Amino acid sequence: MSTLRNERVRLPYFLDYYRALGANHFLVVDNDSDDGSRDYLAEQSDVSLWTTTASYKRSRFGVDWLNWLARRHAHGHWVLTVDPDEFFIYPFADTRNLRALTDWLDASSIRSFGAMLLDMYPKGPLDSKPYREGQDPFEIASWFDSGNYMITKNPKFGNLWIQGGPRARAFFPDNPARAPALNKIPLVKWHRSYTYVSSTHNLLPRGLNQIFDEWGGEKASGILLHAKFLDTFSNKAEEELERKQHYAASHEYKAYAAKLKDNPDLWCKWSEQYINWRQLEILGLMSKGNWA
Amino acid sequence: MSVGFVMLVHTALDRAEQVARHWALHDCPVVIHVDKKVSRKDHSAFVSALSDLDNVRFSKRFSCEWGTWSLVEASQAASELLLQEFPEARHVFLSSGSCLPLRPVQELKDYLDERPMTNFIESVTTEDVPWTVGGLDEERFTLRFPFSWKRRRRLFDAYVRIQRRFKFKRKIPEGLVPHLGSQWWCLTRQTLTAILEDPDRATYDRYFSKVWIPDESYYQTLVRLYSTNIESRSLTLSKFDFQGKPHIFYDDHMQLLRRSDCFVARKIWPHADKLYDGFLSENAAIITGAEPNPGKIDRIFSKAVERRTKGRAGLYMQSRFPNAGWENGLTGAPYAVFEGFSELFENFEDWLSRMVGARVHGHLFAPERAEFAGGQSVFAGALSDSAALRDYNPRAFLTNLIWNTRGERQCFQFGPRDTQDISWDLAKDSNATISVISGAWAVPLFYSNANFSDIRKEAARLQKIEAKHLDALRSFYAKARVRIWPLAEFVENPMEPLQTTIDELGTRHRLTEAPRIVSLDGFGQFLQNLKNQGMHPHLMGDFPVSHTLHRNKKKPSKPYLVK
Repeated sequence: MSTLRNERVRLPYFLDYYRALGANHFLVVDNDSDDGSRDYLAEQSDVSLWTTTASYKRSRFGVDWLNWLARRHAHGHWVLTVDPDEFFIYPFADTRNLRALTDWLDASSIRSFGAMLLDMYPKGPLDSKPYREGQDPFEIASWFDSGNYMITKNPKFGNLWIQGGPRARAFFPDNPARAPALNKIPLVKWHRSYTYVSSTHNLLPRGLNQIFDEWGGEKASGILLHAKFLDTFSNKAEEELERKQHYAASHEYKAYAAKLKDNPDLWCKWSEQYINWRQLEILGLMSKGNWA
Repeated sequence: MSVGFVMLVHTALDRAEQVARHWALHDCPVVIHVDKKVSRKDHSAFVSALSDLDNVRFSKRFSCEWGTWSLVEASQAASELLLQEFPEARHVFLSSGSCLPLRPVQELKDYLDERPMTNFIESVTTEDVPWTVGGLDEERFTLRFPFSWKRRRRLFDAYVRIQRRFKFKRKIPEGLVPHLGSQWWCLTRQTLTAILEDPDRATYDRYFSKVWIPDESYYQTLVRLYSTNIESRSLTLSKFDFQGKPHIFYDDHMQLLRRSDCFVARKIWPHADKLYDGFLSENAAIITGAEPNPGKIDRIFSKAVERRTKGRAGLYMQSRFPNAGWENGLTGAPYAVFEGFSELFENFEDWLSRMVGARVHGHLFAPERAEFAGGQSVFAGALSDSAALRDYNPRAFLTNLIWNTRGERQCFQFGPRDTQDISWDLAKDSNATISVISGAWAVPLFYSNANFSDIRKEAARLQKIEAKHLDALRSFYAKARVRIWPLAEFVENPMEPLQTTIDELGTRHRLTEAPRIVSLDGFGQFLQNLKNQGMHPHLMGDFPVSHTLHRNKKKPSKPYLVK
């Protein structure tokens, strides 16, 4: 399930990636794209497409649209809610498909599965290597921050609030409170009574946010590789700033635009280059939990 | 002589069919119990799919629910049918629809032929069972369990509580000693018929029908009445997680399963095509003659249980965020904190990093920025030196630093000028070794050329902060290894405390040089001046006004040697 606007160049790889993982069907909301995204999606036999020209901001950044679709069509199914630049990684993703994961979650009576957003970036300026349609974005943006994440508990919804990574490091070193949230719960065995509250950061009822262990153990979790920082990013940031459709008066995008003028290099000598899920598990960014 | 299989089937009928066919084609009779919950349509399709095999039978169907007597009833009925219809069967092997043979059927037959009288059934007395879930071991046999654990957990728990409160106890039939074990067994005809044809069977059945999870205790207990030839282990490889649910095997377990040399494994994921294709093909029929050895698989699964229950110490992440006190170690590894050393010694950090095999940072909690080793602006894990980011969540900063540098000891400086939010965490962390020269913060003030009134103010502020920090270090909650020397005492004899501190860190090579103490000529007078201005500097101990440290006037003539 996804909502998007003007992501035509990303779509082929996005759809193929999730097809290969074993996604059966895509539910997509197109928010008034004018770059051919809509036509492309309409051609796909496994995509159900909804189109809207309504305000992204007033739909609480697309959450209302997706909640409604899930309520109508996803009751009793496992739903993965991701943006077109988010790529889901989970333990054993190289040898077990999504069906294996959801079967295991079912057998373990687990209803929701967490996957932190991991911002990926290239070495060198963002526009040094242009992204071509169909390309694996992580051939370009293959680097990430492995150990600078900050976690607090959100008492209202019982979820963890995670900040950090290159965005906190490069864009918000003086104002960490504004750094974007990285906690996500993208995979849920949907029930019509469920609802995402703020993006896929947290849900109601609160029990669905209990994707972490509080007694020292580790629950199984995954990662959403975030292909945000490509050459497409500067244009996107400017466009989004003009549209003023983003969270918290688009503070985030203002900070990006300010920095992007200097064409920053997010890479540092302590950056890690992505290899596979096992690497992420060893680094402690995700966990196998008791799935073996 | 041969072995016959009883199969309990409730889902993935296509896989069950595949396995039943495999056994039947290798001359092993199979009796299948299909759960009554399977629809009539699916059932008849399943039956007709196997109708070409004359050594496959279907037994009377029961509606089975986990943890209840119905499972025993199903296995009884199927076993009776098998024993009656296939008189050549010497052993009966109880399996499920998600079992998969890992070795050639002929090998299993040979193995059993060599042990014609042996019963393979895990059977352990309740006192010796570590694996029970929910705290019910002995009580499985002495309480009643009329409510479903899966569907009516609250009633189940409440009824257990009531029975405990009123000390209710069922009587165990005479002669029975409760035993538990894996529900997957392989029994000889002789033993199994003795159990099924026992004149007292009705009594035993009535009793066990109210026991909790009787399929793990019925045969396991009764077998002790009729046979002394018991190998207390299951021929079926089956691992359980921390909640008592069986682990599932996937394609990527292929090599592990091969090397386990076990005869049968469960549970297999129904879509594990490679496993089914691989183990059911004739190519897999390599006779090894080895004894089953599930040790390697055991390790993998017990590690999974440990990860789920204990986790990795010092790791905070999206799916591990322990409550206070449940961290299993606030940080992941030992580290050392030095307070006052870099103020008292010249180039202390350089000296320390030359002496010990550790990473030596400056004041990581300095108000301006985190002073990482070598003046780096970013450190391991891409940790930023931004003070704002660090102070936004100081505990995350510390735990991240220690986690990111696993395998390398970290040392850093701390003092009253630094951001103090981390103070209690340091004190409470058993991984921290904290060495304090109290009052040493006054030395830089002594050297500063600020106005004396400002110095006095600053001295009062720093002393107050350090006193509070020392309270934390000395408190009842402190778990760190703490050593505190007042400045006056330390400078009297600096070598001994230095040596102990350094020894603990593990020297890279023999210490060949001592760090130089900055000149303290006139420091006593400086403290006296502070006193004269109405401030009371007490943390540095008793510093005589005219105190001069002769040994500090000149460079140390001899290298500092440690045995």
